[in-house]
Amino acid sequence: MDLDIHVLHYLVVSTIMLVCGIFGFFTRKNMLATLISVELVLNATNINFAVFNRYLFPGQFEGHFFALFGIAIAAAETAVAIAIIINVYRNIKKIMTDDVTDMNG
Amino acid sequence: MEYTLLILLLPLLSFLVLGLAGMRMKHKLAGGIGTFSLAVVALLSYLTAYSYFSLDRTAEGVYPTLQPWNFEWLPFTESLHIDMGILLDPISVMMLVVISTVSLMVHIYSFGYMKGERGFQRYYAFLSLFSFSMLGLVLATNIFQMYVFWELVGVSSYLLIGFYYTKPEAIAASKKAFIVTRFADLGFLVGILIYGYYMGTFTFTPEETNLMGAGMVLPWALGLMFIGGAGKSAMFPLHIWLPDAMEGPTPVSALIHAATMVVAGVYLVARMFPLFIAYAPETLHIVAYVGAFTAFYAAAVACVQSDIKRVLAFSTISQIGFMMVALGVCTSADPHHGGLGYMSSMFHLFTHAMFKALLFLGAGCIIHAVHSNEMSAMGGLRKYMPITHITFLIACLAIAGIPPFSGFFSKDEILTACFQFSPVMGWVMTVIAGMTAFYMFRLYYGIFWGKENKQLHAAHTPRESPLSMTFPLMVLAAITVVGGFIPFGHFVSSDGQSYSIHLDTTVAVTSVIVAVIAIALATFMYAKEKQPVADALKRALPKLWRAAYKRFYMDEIWLFITKKIIFRCISTPVAWFDRHVVDQFLNFMAWSTNAAGEELQPVQSGKIQSYVMCFFGGVVVLTILLLILL
Repeated sequence: MDLDIHVLHYLVVSTIMLVCGIFGFFTRKNMLATLISVELVLNATNINFAVFNRYLFPGQFEGHFFALFGIAIAAAETAVAIAIIINVYRNIKKIMTDDVTDMNG
Repeated sequence: MEYTLLILLLPLLSFLVLGLAGMRMKHKLAGGIGTFSLAVVALLSYLTAYSYFSLDRTAEGVYPTLQPWNFEWLPFTESLHIDMGILLDPISVMMLVVISTVSLMVHIYSFGYMKGERGFQRYYAFLSLFSFSMLGLVLATNIFQMYVFWELVGVSSYLLIGFYYTKPEAIAASKKAFIVTRFADLGFLVGILIYGYYMGTFTFTPEETNLMGAGMVLPWALGLMFIGGAGKSAMFPLHIWLPDAMEGPTPVSALIHAATMVVAGVYLVARMFPLFIAYAPETLHIVAYVGAFTAFYAAAVACVQSDIKRVLAFSTISQIGFMMVALGVCTSADPHHGGLGYMSSMFHLFTHAMFKALLFLGAGCIIHAVHSNEMSAMGGLRKYMPITHITFLIACLAIAGIPPFSGFFSKDEILTACFQFSPVMGWVMTVIAGMTAFYMFRLYYGIFWGKENKQLHAAHTPRESPLSMTFPLMVLAAITVVGGFIPFGHFVSSDGQSYSIHLDTTVAVTSVIVAVIAIALATFMYAKEKQPVADALKRALPKLWRAAYKRFYMDEIWLFITKKIIFRCISTPVAWFDRHVVDQFLNFMAWSTNAAGEELQPVQSGKIQSYVMCFFGGVVVLTILLLILL
């Protein structure tokens, strides 16, 4: 079986991931779930970087490096975000976004 | 003559030292610093005058115009720039001598007069500031430098009139002086700007082509400048500040409001004289008419005032009127044909500065002795104060125009110039000269003869003043006696060439006869213990006497114009517009911003997800727009 995997296939996957991420970000009230959604969005872009580099500029590595870079950023961001969430939980014992409204104008 | 810069710098330095550190000094030291610097300035001025007038005349027979210092301060264009410098020509050198002499005398005199006063050091600091600004004014190389120092003179006058700042009258007088002269200076400034625009320069000698091209503009510019001069020189109707300025210490009145600052207007007209005579003779004649009316008005008021300083103030106004008339009646630059007035005006400025300073300083001695300005507190003082009496009499004879005192010569030249202009002007000025003699001798008899206030004098016997006060009187009296014999026309004349003064016998005899009659009349009316004629006149013409005493209600008219007309018809609507339109517009802006904030506040919920929704919506909209547009 000849599975001819085209660039479009990758893009469909990454688009689904992006939309899932955005949707999750809008709808989920749990901060952890929100964080997971953000990771989905970031990873969708990482896939795009890798794919475009692989198919459009085969001899170069910028896209790959950028994908690695994005992964590192995402890791750091996750660490910070979880630290914030833990602190919020310690202070108000809640991790739902609706409950965290102290910055209300 | 590079040392002339010191003439300006020394008083400035003295002002800075006294102004910054004076309060920690002893009175004697502070006064000493001020007086010493002025003494040096006076010596330098005499040296300048001596070496300037011993210079060789140029081929045209005039003294050269020198600029030992001049630096470009603010350049606007190639030719239009504001400079600061020193200009030496006959009239500025003459003014140097006058100012430094009178100022030195006043500095010495103030040692006695201001002894023990609070703010003694401040007083000397201000005197130095004034001397600096006045010297800078006369030495100005261009009209703008003159204006800068002109305002500085106004400020120091303001500070010195309001020297007794705990006295409400002094504060009111200082404000009045400042506001009235400042109002007049508006005209001066506008004149300068027009002059600078059309002449392309601020110097006193513009290019010939610019002068030709200016047409009717130049007379207007010069006329506007004269308004500034009229304010400083207390010409009718801007004279109202000068009588009130007598609230300041008497030596200040002698220096600023008799001898130097008030003649700045005359000096200004004399400075612009070549332009006046060549391009704006009509404006010059307006100056003459204003001066003549002022001279008459002030003389009439001076006849009935009872405050001796007020009498002297009005006499000053009247005499400045004489100087203005003398300048105004000139019809050509040739002193032999219609240009005599220029020389006589400067001559009168010189002699008047000396004898009027003498009169004021004498009045200061008298006020010092009886502690009052009112004539009713005086009378019969000749027994108590012989030196003051004699010197005052000399000054009175000089101002009345009795030979051989200096006032006779200068006034005679003025009258001759007036008769050359028109017989009417000549006779009018002769009559005013007679009035001068009358009111001065009314003053003299009222102080030294007449009805003595025995009750007051018994309680507090008047004494002659100390030497520091009588010495300046004697010096000035000596100058007054010999001043008339100076060959003034040799140094200063309208075309700069040597002019030998020769008395016009008819005019001289007439004016002396008129003066003698006026003095005799004053003697008849005021010399004795009882004054039936004066009292009868006062009773016979109560309305006229009252009007003259109230200075013909000029202050009331000004108050009416400012309060009733300007304030009510212009200021009030403007204030209404400001409060109801301008302010309300700004209030509306503030209110609308505030209200918009209130309305938008709920959007700032603090919920990240709603923010992101907005952000996402925005992205979608932008994307769609891009897709449509591209």
